[in-house]
Amino acid sequence: MAVTEIEAGPSALERLSHPRALIALGLLMWLPLMSYVMGGSALGPAADYILLPAIPATLLLYVLGVRAFRESRVAVIGLTLVFFWLLAAVAAPYLPLLDPNKPIAPFVTPLSEKRDVFFWLGTDFKGRDMLSRMIWGCQRVIVWGVSATFVAYVVGALFGLISGYLSGWWDEIISFVANVLLSFPVMVLFIVILNYLGPSGFNIVVAVTFASAPAIMRIVRGLTLDIKTRDYVFAAQTRGEHPLYIMIVELLPNVRGPIIVDACLRLGYTTVAITTLTFLGLGLQPPDPDWGLMIRESAKTAMLWKFSYMLLVPALAVSSLILGFNLMADGLREMSLRD
Amino acid sequence: MLKLILRRLLQMLLIMAVASLLLFAIFDTPEFKKRLAVQELGGFAVSALTEESYNAWLAEKGLDVPFHTRYLNWVGDILQGDMGFSYEKNRPVGPLLLDRLANTGILAFFVFALMIPLSLVLGILAGMKEGSVQDRTISFLSVFTTSIPEIATAILLTVVLSLGLGWLPAKAAMINGFSFRELLLPVLTLVIYDFGYVARMTRASMAEVMTSQYIRTAVLKGLPYRRVVMKHALRNALIAPFTLIVLQLNWLLSGVVVVEVFFEYDGFGKLLLEAALFPDVEVVQACTLVAVAVAVLSQIISDIGYTFLNPRIRFA
Repeated sequence: MAVTEIEAGPSALERLSHPRALIALGLLMWLPLMSYVMGGSALGPAADYILLPAIPATLLLYVLGVRAFRESRVAVIGLTLVFFWLLAAVAAPYLPLLDPNKPIAPFVTPLSEKRDVFFWLGTDFKGRDMLSRMIWGCQRVIVWGVSATFVAYVVGALFGLISGYLSGWWDEIISFVANVLLSFPVMVLFIVILNYLGPSGFNIVVAVTFASAPAIMRIVRGLTLDIKTRDYVFAAQTRGEHPLYIMIVELLPNVRGPIIVDACLRLGYTTVAITTLTFLGLGLQPPDPDWGLMIRESAKTAMLWKFSYMLLVPALAVSSLILGFNLMADGLREMSLRD
Repeated sequence: MLKLILRRLLQMLLIMAVASLLLFAIFDTPEFKKRLAVQELGGFAVSALTEESYNAWLAEKGLDVPFHTRYLNWVGDILQGDMGFSYEKNRPVGPLLLDRLANTGILAFFVFALMIPLSLVLGILAGMKEGSVQDRTISFLSVFTTSIPEIATAILLTVVLSLGLGWLPAKAAMINGFSFRELLLPVLTLVIYDFGYVARMTRASMAEVMTSQYIRTAVLKGLPYRRVVMKHALRNALIAPFTLIVLQLNWLLSGVVVVEVFFEYDGFGKLLLEAALFPDVEVVQACTLVAVAVAVLSQIISDIGYTFLNPRIRFA
């Protein structure tokens, strides 16, 4: 019995490492989290248990990720940082935390007790628990950051494929629009778009798409120009396939490789952008906890050594998440160069 | 080459025209006019305003004409050297913008003065011996520092150097005139965030040169290692970082917003944010034009520099 169990272990993990299984697991983790953050009160009573299946999915994905990245120590460290926050995001409702929006006792320093409650990370100027605000805050950063990057990729890749594959007028027009957008400094673009649409999570997605899609489009366009002269593309053309079919079935899977590394880096940029914009007052709105918001709210009151933890906690949290993304990208690049 | 530059400049003008037209259209919406009215007259006064007196206010501000005529007027003014008028600061945009750009220029000067030598030296040291301990330490350090967003770097530096040790002032508002000590924290924040990127690119360029045939020949000839690096490798290895450093100017214009706001330094980025939130349309316009010009010009300079520095292209 024991022998068969040992043998069954790795093979089960291997079966789960299949791309389709990974995608299924990813969706199992992602969809509940996304609907939890974006749906908000619309979920009703379902909100209490919707995240439960996401917890094992996240843990399983982490194990599979470590297995896949085991050659690169840097990537494993990055993966661990990212999954720490992912796990915190999906498990936040079930952890024994205080209400992140409830004022209890203001200006309690970390590791001290007040009103019979022990505060690991203290409380902010309104008396809200920092630990629970930090953990709840990662939900919004992760969900909006990943969604914005994903939408930017869909738009950028689509236009890149069209512009690279169809060439001609399509290419001229798309490239000009991309050039116009790229010649704005990113922050100017963000400020103008968010100021026009108004600050909210969905508008951040729009702004990030405008800011990132042109660069993604250029990468995809370059890769497409290279790939479209391959034989399998000619074969598809000779078969009389529709250009859209060729773009999505023949070209898209083959530009995937370099894009994944770029996506990791861009996830980091987007997280920085969201936190920065929220700090500037253009992003997510109070009262729900968010790292950028924590910095914004404390920046005026916490300018004393004694209260600096109010700024340090969100600053370190966001830095660790972005370091995670960047180390993952570094490790992936290293691994792709090796083979 | 000249043709290329001219084409780029033409493209820049086209982009500026498109961008400013879009901005005018965006800031022409009723909500923005309302917000401006609230800023000028106060929220209570606006809610008490009748339709007629609101329209009279719009007419007084010149906001009642359709935006394309306003746009054409504005373009005409720009061509005559008049950048418009700031509603918020109540002074002409031209001098205001120059003032703030000069402040950001001072900041940028110190950032580059510190960042260039630091990143080049570290990049060369790392790229000289690929895979060595010093390479890995420097590479990790540069990934690490670039991973910390500017806002977090600003917080860490303020907490340690200003709130904890009390060495530097926490804000750079320059209330009592210019003070270098106040400028140090913003400069350090930007340098720490940016040097890693340039250092990594320098490292990549240096590492590539060090594997080339002519370096191997020089080493095999028995030249001292120092001389091989200083005389033979550097000339080629520094071409790519040069173009990159010029392009950092463009990055600085975006990167500077959050740093200037956090440290309350009165520069270009803070002006842009304040103007966009106000909404002070002519200031936003002017800032955007400057930003686009900097983006395109730095691209051109970096292209020219690349051609000039690289003999393979220069003589081709």
